[in-house]
Amino acid sequence: MEVVVKNLTKQYNGQKAIDGIGFRVNQGEVLGFLGPNGAGKSTTMKIITSYLAPTDGDVEVGGYSVLQDSEKVRRLIGYLPENNPLYLDMTVLDYLKFAAQLQGVRKDLIEIRVRQMVKVCGLMGEKHKLIGELSKGYRQRVGLAQAMIHDPQVLILDEPTSGLDPNQIIEIRKLIKEIGKQKTVILSTHILPEVEATCDRILIISKGKIVADGTPEELRSQRQGREIVKVKIEDGSADDILAALKTIPSVLRAEPIGGKENYFEIQADRFASPKRDIFKLCVKNNWIITEMIPSETRLEDIFHDLTI
Amino acid sequence: MKIAWVIALKEIRTFFDSLTAYILLIVFLGFSGFFTWLYGSDVFYIKQASLGAFFNIAYWTLFFFIPALTMRSLAEENKTGTLELLLTKPISNLEVLWGKFMACLMLIIIALLCTLPYYITIINLGKVDKGVVLCGYLGLLFMSSSYIAIGLFASSITSNQVVAFLVALFIGIFFQILFGMVAPNMNGALGETFDYLSLSSHYEAVTRGVVDSRDLVYFASIVFLSLMFAESSLARRNKTP
Repeated sequence: MEVVVKNLTKQYNGQKAIDGIGFRVNQGEVLGFLGPNGAGKSTTMKIITSYLAPTDGDVEVGGYSVLQDSEKVRRLIGYLPENNPLYLDMTVLDYLKFAAQLQGVRKDLIEIRVRQMVKVCGLMGEKHKLIGELSKGYRQRVGLAQAMIHDPQVLILDEPTSGLDPNQIIEIRKLIKEIGKQKTVILSTHILPEVEATCDRILIISKGKIVADGTPEELRSQRQGREIVKVKIEDGSADDILAALKTIPSVLRAEPIGGKENYFEIQADRFASPKRDIFKLCVKNNWIITEMIPSETRLEDIFHDLTI
Repeated sequence: MKIAWVIALKEIRTFFDSLTAYILLIVFLGFSGFFTWLYGSDVFYIKQASLGAFFNIAYWTLFFFIPALTMRSLAEENKTGTLELLLTKPISNLEVLWGKFMACLMLIIIALLCTLPYYITIINLGKVDKGVVLCGYLGLLFMSSSYIAIGLFASSITSNQVVAFLVALFIGIFFQILFGMVAPNMNGALGETFDYLSLSSHYEAVTRGVVDSRDLVYFASIVFLSLMFAESSLARRNKTP
């Protein structure tokens, strides 16, 4: 089931929280929604789940519009809201049963689904406890369990791993990845490694607009397009080596790295890789390469550049 | 309708799990019992085998009791964010309201059932007009429904329970006494209008044993309008500015 967001705009008191956002998520895809605080991530999710109405634009979930068929949309979606609100005075089992009933799970399936979710989300030991007595990590699991209780086609998770410990984070990521194979998942986060670990596609929004859209690899190459290599070349004078490096066609820029002898930073020309050329150059001149470190553009840098 | 029941049952459980129900039941029975049997114009003072004293005092006790019951229902959900959870499920705003309404009404019915011993005591003291007693209970149910609906509306416009309580009382006081007080001082159509708006006059009519369709329409329309207002206040988040 696919989610199509069309030219979505939301104004709060004349201020645009999101401004003409449009994207499409296909079945079997996990979309990571990235952005600084207040970029409009949660607002977009609230509109997709039809909690808020857009000022302009529309969202279609499996062909149903949130404006016309909001109830059908809500039937298809499992949603974990920001801050994970829960009824603290209910026990885990009661709450999951309540959520299943509200989602319209068939009566004979309710027990089975609740039991499944308790198992999948690792709530076996706490199922009889009041939610108010649980730690933040367990509450987060309860939130996830209620979102998935009706085996939804589309899963919308607003910061699903916040408050979890590293082991739990890994488990939940694995779970999300698993679900993402068949279902459509949209999750928001500002933890960058999380996006790399779980998402097939990244959408970065800033100030209500989409500033980047693509797989992590695509984003890296789009942004930089130019490989950076750090090399240490010995058995020659630094000036000679630098001059020779600059003559290689695939090298855009070569600079000595301050403070270190015979250490150079080389930036490749777009779509070219100078590593072989550097090697050949060294062989020709009888220089020795003692270090060669390709440095990748990190997602953090991309995020920083785009959203600042 | 089925969904409304699911919500109602959950609410009732919350009432009993959180002691709200027990405290309110004890306060209600304590107050109404005290003034029915022990103090003021109680049964022994007026020396009649009637529950009139009880109906008079219950009318006022419930007036304060109900806003305390309804104030939490939506304001709390608004504050903790569970309202978002609820409203992104495939259920309508009205089903949520209707469920909460039924839960409150059920608790009131439980409270009123707890006063059955009063009735049993009274029939042992003398001959009681059963119809009047039945109508008295009916009147209490009608007025409770009205104030529950008003209370739900008050709770829907805020995330602060105290504000919800006070707003419910403020709206309630108009129906409870103010319209009735103003009515005799006006003449013509205006006076009649205020008299019609006064909840106490309809309540008295019903407790006298006359269940008129005019009174039924009156109570039903208060419930209906209040729930409609509450619904639009829930839908307000969805309005595009």
